[in-house]
Amino acid sequence: MTEKKTGPEQGRKIRVLVAKPGLDGHDRGAKVVARALRDAGMEVIYTGLRQTPEMIAEAALQEDVDVVGLSILSGAHMALTPRLLELLKMNGQSDVKIFIGGIIPDEDLQRLKEMGVTGVYGPGASTEDIIRDVRLAVTK
Amino acid sequence: MTYSQAVLNGNRLALARLLTQVENNTPEGRAALVELFPHTGKAHLIGVTGAPGTGKSSLVNQLALLYRKVENWRVAIVAVDPSSPFTGGAVLGDRVRMRDLSGDPNVFIRSMATRGSLGGLAQSTANMTQVFDAAGFDAVIIETVGAGQSEVEVARLAHTTLVVDAPGMGDDIQAIKAGILEIADILVINKADRPGVENTEKALKSMLELAHPTERVFRHHGLTMRTPLDQTTGKPAPAQDSSSTAMWIPPILRTVSIESKGIMELAASIARHVAHLRQSGGWALRERARLEVELETLTREALWNQFHEKVPQEEYKIVLEKVVQRNISPWEAVNELMKGRLK
Ligand code: B12
Ligand SMILES: Nc1nc2c(ncn2[C@@H]2O[C@H](COP(=O)(O)OP(=O)(O)OP(=O)(O)O)[C@@H](O)[C@H]2O)c(=O)[nH]1
Ligand SMILES: [Mg+2]
Repeated sequence: MTEKKTGPEQGRKIRVLVAKPGLDGHDRGAKVVARALRDAGMEVIYTGLRQTPEMIAEAALQEDVDVVGLSILSGAHMALTPRLLELLKMNGQSDVKIFIGGIIPDEDLQRLKEMGVTGVYGPGASTEDIIRDVRLAVTK
Repeated sequence: MTYSQAVLNGNRLALARLLTQVENNTPEGRAALVELFPHTGKAHLIGVTGAPGTGKSSLVNQLALLYRKVENWRVAIVAVDPSSPFTGGAVLGDRVRMRDLSGDPNVFIRSMATRGSLGGLAQSTANMTQVFDAAGFDAVIIETVGAGQSEVEVARLAHTTLVVDAPGMGDDIQAIKAGILEIADILVINKADRPGVENTEKALKSMLELAHPTERVFRHHGLTMRTPLDQTTGKPAPAQDSSSTAMWIPPILRTVSIESKGIMELAASIARHVAHLRQSGGWALRERARLEVELETLTREALWNQFHEKVPQEEYKIVLEKVVQRNISPWEAVNELMKGRLK
């Protein structure tokens, strides 16, 4: 009865949490992506800077989001991502899709995907691609 | 297990998911609201409204922190932001100012978009507060869209409505419209660290005095209530005394949310307002008015649905066309459509 029902086919809006984990203060990308997703008709909850994985997981739960988007330009993605995935799972939210953007070296890309990250985007990524991928991940 | 059972058992994930169902007005959401209704009516609903950027979220953050520390209350926050009228999307940013509340399992923050509804709240905001109420939260704080107009809706929903203003918001009279005084139970001048507080306070005071110039007599449900007058000045007595009297005069308070100044005084003022409502019978009146509006809305909705079931779309279009051609008036059209139906 309390299982997740997602997707626009349910007549509901796609809800996305956009978070800036760690001490990284580069927030342009996060804001650009948040606005792009809004303009695509999604409801985007923006957390602001300096979020711990615990804070992000907590916000994802309270907001019952379909997608968590992390913007990380500090190089801390390999430390932050596994912890977040673990917390989401602990909270019963392993169905939430994870998207990551920022400065992510190629050699980490494959490992992030193996961990269960749905999409990874670097500088210059097109917001149309991001929107399309988010839609696809949520309706699947 | 049903949603409502899980929510009553304190399951936070179930609460989050039920809020989504209620927000989307799904059959599951409506069924849960029915089951939860007997458990509602306990929480103190506090509305926070005011022009954009006056510091509503920062203030809610501070107030919730204080309620956690001093009262050990469980606190829910519903933060409403506008949907884009063009794309239907929204960026909900109130959480940014509520970072301090993160990690406390007795605080639950939910952001929501207006989804086309005007008046500062979303269609389902009231129902969401009902879910929090049933889930055992002692206080539910509702932050409206920053509009600065008279947000009547939040006053209808909340027991206590705070109207937040700040110095330097341009013309004070412009920033805070006269109509808003009628919904304010407490006026808060936030950003009191900024220059121009005196002017803001002066402007608010003179507007308050305009609103309460002399003794006013109210007749409410057969009772006659009088605003108290200060013996020496002839002005309405200060709000501090009004918890013991029938009329509440909105106090004006100063806060600095970013330095958590004035928050204790604000909480005390809210507590006085609650005491006043309880003593004067205002609490029951507000509850009654709110439920009445709700019943009315639901009845209207049900009748509208019935109407659509019973009146074929074709017939509706034909009658509409007659009105457009000015063959019949809209009043006659309604009579024609309703005839023999909806008894
Ligand atoms: C502008 C900038 C700054 C500005 C930031 C202003 C701000 N408020 O954002 C300032 C000058 C403050 C700054 C400071 C620093 N910076 Co700097 N900065 C940059 C720069 C030049 C551009 C970043 C940017 O804004 N790009 C524009 C946005 C739109 O692009 P984006 O963030 O990449 O986002 C896109 C994608 O990544 C993706 N995306 C991003 N987030 C998300 C999220 C989701 C959910 C999704 C789906 C997609 C997505 O989509 C976006 C659209 O295409 C980059 C170099 C570069 N070319 O990236 C360095 C860079 C990021 N900075 C760097 C460094 C080292 C610093 C400093 C530590 C420098 C110092 N020693 O002081 C400080 C640290 C500041 C801090 N507190 O964290 C390094 C990081 C190195 C690393 N990670 O290994 C970079 C890569 C420069 C370099 N080559 O060395 N910086
Ligand atoms: N100087 C000063 N700045 C404040 C104070 N309270 C809030 N701010 C700042 O004012 C800005 C807006 O604060 P918010 O709390 O987001 O205001 P809001 O009314 O919730 O804004 P909207 O929800 O967008 O309408 C932020 O930059 C805050 O840091 C205060 O007491 N003094
Ligand atoms: Mg706000």
